[in-house]
Amino acid sequence: MNAHPPLFEVRDLRVAFGRNGVFAEAVRGISLHVDHGEVLGIVGESGSGKSVGMLAALGLQPEGARVSGSVRFKGRELVGLPRRALRELRGSRIAMIFQDPLSSLNPVMTVGDQIAEAVRLHNPDLSRRAALDRAKDLLALVAIPQPDRRLQQYPHEFSGGMRQRVMIAMAVANDPDLLIADEPTTALDVTVQAQIMEVLAELQARLKLGLVLITHDLGVLAGHADRVAVVYAGQVVEQAGVDDLFARPGHPYTRGLIASIPDMTAQSERLFSIDGTPPALGRLPAGCPFNPRCVAAQDICRREAPPLHRKGDHAAACHFAFSATESAA
Amino acid sequence: MTRYILRRLIAMPFLVLGIVTLAFLLTSVTKGDPLTAIVSDRQLNNPEVVAAAKAKWGLDRSLPERYAIYVGNLLTGDMGTSFITRRPVAQDVLYRLPATMELVIAAMAVGATIGISLGVLAAYFRNTVIDHVARLFALFGSSIPVFWLGLALLYVFSVQWGVLPGPGRLDARATPPPMVTGFMTIDTLLAGDFRLFLDAVWHLILPAFVLGWAVAGTISRLVRANMLEVLSREFILTARAKGAGEFRVVIRHALRNTMVPTLTVIGYSFAYLLTGAVLTETIFSWPGMGSYAVDAARGLDFPAIIGVTIVGGVVFLVTNLLTDIAYVVANPRVRLG
Ligand SMILES: Nc1ncnc2c1ncn2[C@@H]1O[C@H](COP(=O)(O)OP(=O)(O)O)[C@@H](O)[C@H]1O
Ligand code: SF4
Ligand SMILES: [Mg+2]
Repeated sequence: MNAHPPLFEVRDLRVAFGRNGVFAEAVRGISLHVDHGEVLGIVGESGSGKSVGMLAALGLQPEGARVSGSVRFKGRELVGLPRRALRELRGSRIAMIFQDPLSSLNPVMTVGDQIAEAVRLHNPDLSRRAALDRAKDLLALVAIPQPDRRLQQYPHEFSGGMRQRVMIAMAVANDPDLLIADEPTTALDVTVQAQIMEVLAELQARLKLGLVLITHDLGVLAGHADRVAVVYAGQVVEQAGVDDLFARPGHPYTRGLIASIPDMTAQSERLFSIDGTPPALGRLPAGCPFNPRCVAAQDICRREAPPLHRKGDHAAACHFAFSATESAA
Repeated sequence: MTRYILRRLIAMPFLVLGIVTLAFLLTSVTKGDPLTAIVSDRQLNNPEVVAAAKAKWGLDRSLPERYAIYVGNLLTGDMGTSFITRRPVAQDVLYRLPATMELVIAAMAVGATIGISLGVLAAYFRNTVIDHVARLFALFGSSIPVFWLGLALLYVFSVQWGVLPGPGRLDARATPPPMVTGFMTIDTLLAGDFRLFLDAVWHLILPAFVLGWAVAGTISRLVRANMLEVLSREFILTARAKGAGEFRVVIRHALRNTMVPTLTVIGYSFAYLLTGAVLTETIFSWPGMGSYAVDAARGLDFPAIIGVTIVGGVVFLVTNLLTDIAYVVANPRVRLG
């Protein structure tokens, strides 16, 4: 370990849900880290534990969930931290935005009040007036026109893209060090997705944010992430620099995700998708969790879970992680 | 929004006229001779009284003419003379309506405060002891008859323990303040008598609780259900992710989002409270519209019965209008849409 701890470091994070007293893990030992000003992409199909994992890291897991492992922010352990101390970090040092900006905003509060609340929660001495002024500046920061007027409006008076801008403005209200964006463009029209990514990327660079960008669409990460963690069935199955990952994917699941990226140039072609569905909670197959869907599966895959193979900064959890790509190269 | 409220306001006079018409038809249909609905049996063989009544209400005219005269008399505030009190019904009502309103408003305040608090607690601590106790409280409120509850509580708190006063609006030995608003709590304050004010509040507690319990139960169940739904919504997660504490999350974010249905049910509970007031007033010797109505019904006091019908109907209309206005004001989507 070097002298500087990473901005955000998750180690062996596990989140289990109980049903009739039987607990099943939705997150099964995720480890990852984000440095200051770095963009980490987390990709995986829906239901793979991305949201639950990141929420649990901030102590926001659903009621009744069991969380274990270690989450460090600037070297400070967050798991088991008193609620009050966690609250002081949330929204000030670590911010989060969600998939659906309409349901993420309070329908009976003006947008201005909601942003001002985020400001005042961490600056209790600030007057309401000053907080609203700050809210106005924040709306301008995310390029919302006529911020003065917009401040007094309710979420339903905004378009989807504008609402997500509001969420972003609220998230960066206290100049955080880390922003976790959980599928920030998934619920939006294709046409505004690129705009929102642009706003995020620009703010990330300007504010030197550490950014965790969660998505189920690997294509989103191509121009935006520095590193990528691929999650399958609650585990990181591959982790690499973004160029390395696209050029030399080590895991068949990653190769499937790359093949599923919609190709803008070939319009008429049928979209590739990985056969089958991820295992349901608590119904993992024996051996490699991916084996029922894997085109490269061998006998050993049905018997033994693969360890994480490393090659420099590149890691992949497949029995044949680097041999296949190497022989092909 | 203003257009909606305006429309409702314009409709009001017509609705009131509807009630009046109904009341009028009541007078002309109840008995063969409408005279018997205006003059008491004892006075029927007094030719002077009968002649005066006939002239005043136009009894020997045609039905439409009589209707016009009836409405005209009403407009001057004349609802006839009570057989029992021998005073103009309008005067009786003016004296008794504030007493009922004070009781009903107090019951509504008790019901709303207890109901909302219990509903919020039951939702936040769902499936715990708190939730179960709240459920029992609501169940009792809706299943125990008001008269039984009133008598039982009077017996325990007033007779046995002596911690709360017996029936009435004030201590029997006290001199009531001059009537200004008819609200005992306000009039005692206007008279500058703070001790009398406390006495009035003291007397209000038990009947308001008896009357408000069922409403508290209904509200608590509604608030609980709505709170559970709202607490599972994503903006609650946003609030927590902002760093908001649990109290703020529950009150400012969740509860505020349940206010529209809650206000509506509080408003509409008014009708229930008005009917419930009849029994409560009888048990607590409360000189309001309810006990007036009971006396009127017992004595076949038609002018009083009709007066109570009209006033009760108008109060009902006005509260429903206020409820609808509150609904619009509390709901930004309706307000601005
Ligand atoms: N409150 C909950 N109770 C039980 N299981 C849950 C709950 N929330 C999420 N899960 C389970 O956790 C798994 C991961 O969910 P999630 O993190 O939302 O996936 P992703 O964000 O990757 O699409 C899913 O299988 C889901 O069924
Ligand atoms: S270990 Fe086997 S089943 Fe799992 S991904 Fe690799 S090849 Fe496929
Ligand atoms: Mg998700």
